[in-house]
Amino acid sequence: MDIMKFFGREDSSSKEVAKERLRLLLVHDRANVSPRFLEMIKGELIKVISDYMEIEENEMDVKLTKTKLGKRNTPVPALIANIPIKRMKHIARV
Amino acid sequence: MGEVIVITSGKGGVGKTTTTANIGTALALAGKKVVLVDTDIGLRNLDVVMGLENRIVYDLVDVVEGICRLKQALIRDKRIEGLYLLPAAQTKDKTAVSPEQMKGLCETLKEEFDYVLVDCPAGIEQGFKNAIAGADKAFIVTTPEVAAVRDADRIIGLLEATELYEPKLIINRIRADMVKRGDMMDIDDMIDILAIELLGVVPEDEKIVISTNKGEPAVYDPNSKAGQAYKNIARRIEGEEVPLMSLEVESGFMEKLKRFFGLRK
Repeated sequence: MDIMKFFGREDSSSKEVAKERLRLLLVHDRANVSPRFLEMIKGELIKVISDYMEIEENEMDVKLTKTKLGKRNTPVPALIANIPIKRMKHIARV
Repeated sequence: MGEVIVITSGKGGVGKTTTTANIGTALALAGKKVVLVDTDIGLRNLDVVMGLENRIVYDLVDVVEGICRLKQALIRDKRIEGLYLLPAAQTKDKTAVSPEQMKGLCETLKEEFDYVLVDCPAGIEQGFKNAIAGADKAFIVTTPEVAAVRDADRIIGLLEATELYEPKLIINRIRADMVKRGDMMDIDDMIDILAIELLGVVPEDEKIVISTNKGEPAVYDPNSKAGQAYKNIARRIEGEEVPLMSLEVESGFMEKLKRFFGLRK
């Protein structure tokens, strides 16, 4: 038991876990994007990028999140792809 | 001309029926003429929560099918002036009524009553579509759980799609002690996520179980915290500014000390 717990604060409180899970769920619900659809996009991305670089497919992370758009800061879904590159292919240096 | 308000949630078991019964009773206690409409055809419950289950002769389906007159199906609550229940049918299913018929029924009821409170079934299918068909306003009930808030968000979207804008949120069954120790989402978290206006917060209260056992809504019990919260909601519906009641529980220094030494979880 640490001092933070004594003051009633915990970093890994289940509330934070709930909020995070909920946020992600709602991003998907609102954008109407299924995990299968995301897998499809991921497959297409791999196909295109593989022509230019060698990537670590197993470590690749494609997900929906949200961002803000325009003057009114309207929240919109955003696609984030984190693709670790192992090596650039020759064609990319042209 | 009265107002038709649908009480909905998406997810089942979050307290729609309890909320309908208590807000309705509270509004009647404040002198308003109120009718509660149970649209959960096949799984009616509002009659039981209100303690009126033994007085049902006709129901909502009988009314729309023209088997009886509307007045014959309305059950008057003898405990208060101006409170009525229109029960759902128990032996039919949701397709026994159409959204158009519900709309017509609501139009008729609001000529007679100040408030028509429609208790919506769980789900987003026919029963939901019927319940919202005649509504002027919507209240969304949720609890501080991931699944309930997710469903509430979906309902908000569906309501907007049918041009029922600006629904208001009722957060039910919140536990101050759990919020305090970071094990339950708090009010701000949920408002932030759902981005709608808050109508009220109802604390978890074992008196709700007792009141449901007896068939007497908790607003009759002056010692029920949930009952008090529902009365506050009724006053806000009437346009009064009522601050949120304190959800504080004893969580003084000694409590923290006990928790620190592992005497309490």
